Amino acid sequence: MFAATNLYCERDERVLFSHLDFSISAGEVLQVQGANGSGKTTLLRILCGLNPDYSGDITWQGQAVQDIRETFNGELFYLGHSPAINKALTPLQNLRWYCASRGFSDDAAIFTGLAELGLAGYENIPCHQMSAGQQRRVSLARLLVSQATLWILDEPFTALDKRGVAELEARIAAKAAEGGAVILTTHHTLQLSCPVRVINLDVLTGVSN
Amino acid sequence: MNSQPKLLTTSGALGAGLRRELQLAVRSPGNTINPLMFFIISVSLFPLGGGSDSVYLSSIAPGVIWVTALLAVMLSMESLFRSDYEDGSLEQLLLSPQPLYFQLLMKVFSHWLVTGLPLVLLAPLLGLMLSLPVQGYLPLVCGLLLGTPTLSLIGAIGMALTVGLSRGGVLLAVLVLPLSIPVLVFGTGVVDAALTGQNFAGLLALLGAILALALSLAPLAIGAALRISVN
Repeated sequence: MFAATNLYCERDERVLFSHLDFSISAGEVLQVQGANGSGKTTLLRILCGLNPDYSGDITWQGQAVQDIRETFNGELFYLGHSPAINKALTPLQNLRWYCASRGFSDDAAIFTGLAELGLAGYENIPCHQMSAGQQRRVSLARLLVSQATLWILDEPFTALDKRGVAELEARIAAKAAEGGAVILTTHHTLQLSCPVRVINLDVLTGVSN
Repeated sequence: MNSQPKLLTTSGALGAGLRRELQLAVRSPGNTINPLMFFIISVSLFPLGGGSDSVYLSSIAPGVIWVTALLAVMLSMESLFRSDYEDGSLEQLLLSPQPLYFQLLMKVFSHWLVTGLPLVLLAPLLGLMLSLPVQGYLPLVCGLLLGTPTLSLIGAIGMALTVGLSRGGVLLAVLVLPLSIPVLVFGTGVVDAALTGQNFAGLLALLGAILALALSLAPLAIGAALRISVN
């Protein structure tokens, strides 16, 4: 349902990848591998539409994403390096805004999501009073309330403890099982209950230098 | 997650965005108060430095209030996109399925509500301090009411372009101040016309026309500038 054809991107006169083709269909998990600086984050940002400096085609259900930007955004969940959580606001306020910007309001899901991540009772505490790991969990709570079908996760396991990692892995597998698609980068060895396809950017670097 | 989520219309989503901006303004009141204090203090320096001759003061009053209001609006721009840029909320805003044009319009409007509107409401008090004649107050407030949203919209374009730079303050002023000259000229013109007994409705209409132009075009420019900045 989501495909990239002949992607090419260079940064500072260095080719990050060229002739990159892949597609992902419902129920699949795709892991992007590569050394630091190999362009994993750049690739994910290109796929989301945050980075327009590429050539090639990206399609969602057969249509070019730039033609159906708003529809595609409604199907997309992107977790980047930055938490997208305003520290002056409470988790509840942050998540309410996130849901509303995605066109729905679901307080029940927000409370369940926060409780599942061990943040019950923290709903109305400003995020700057929380620890880094807790802030990360607030950011991940967006995953639990999101209704997107395509998840693009950039290093989702950062700053999570062992239990958090296992729970997130279970979430990813569950998303794939219910017909979603997940593209992620991580340096951690994935232990998912579903098959994972791998793209290795180091192999694909192409004509670099 | 057994409950049914409630679907929101675009206006519902924008309302939630407005609520977030106002909550943020309450949480960090400095963003509202600092430009306002700057406005009050700068204007009150003029009677101290320029002499207490009320005829002289009243002749420079419209210009002083307008120029200081312009600078205060520019000063307040820093808080418009900065925190959203730093924590990644801006990326999520750009990836939202809601129309970006209206989201940005809402964002600038809510920012104006907490920074620009207080300036407008305070202006008559500062007019009093500069012995502005009584027939000048209404045109001053009307002019600022039409002019400060335009200044916010123009400032937002500059801020969107410079938000990725660590020290964009001076660049912002260089980019934005020339663009705000028409607003300044017509804004002070409205008050001067009223003071000399002329009809100022035409000049107000011009300010309104500039606002309409900014309302229709600025969000497009802000959106394009933000896409460059997050990259």
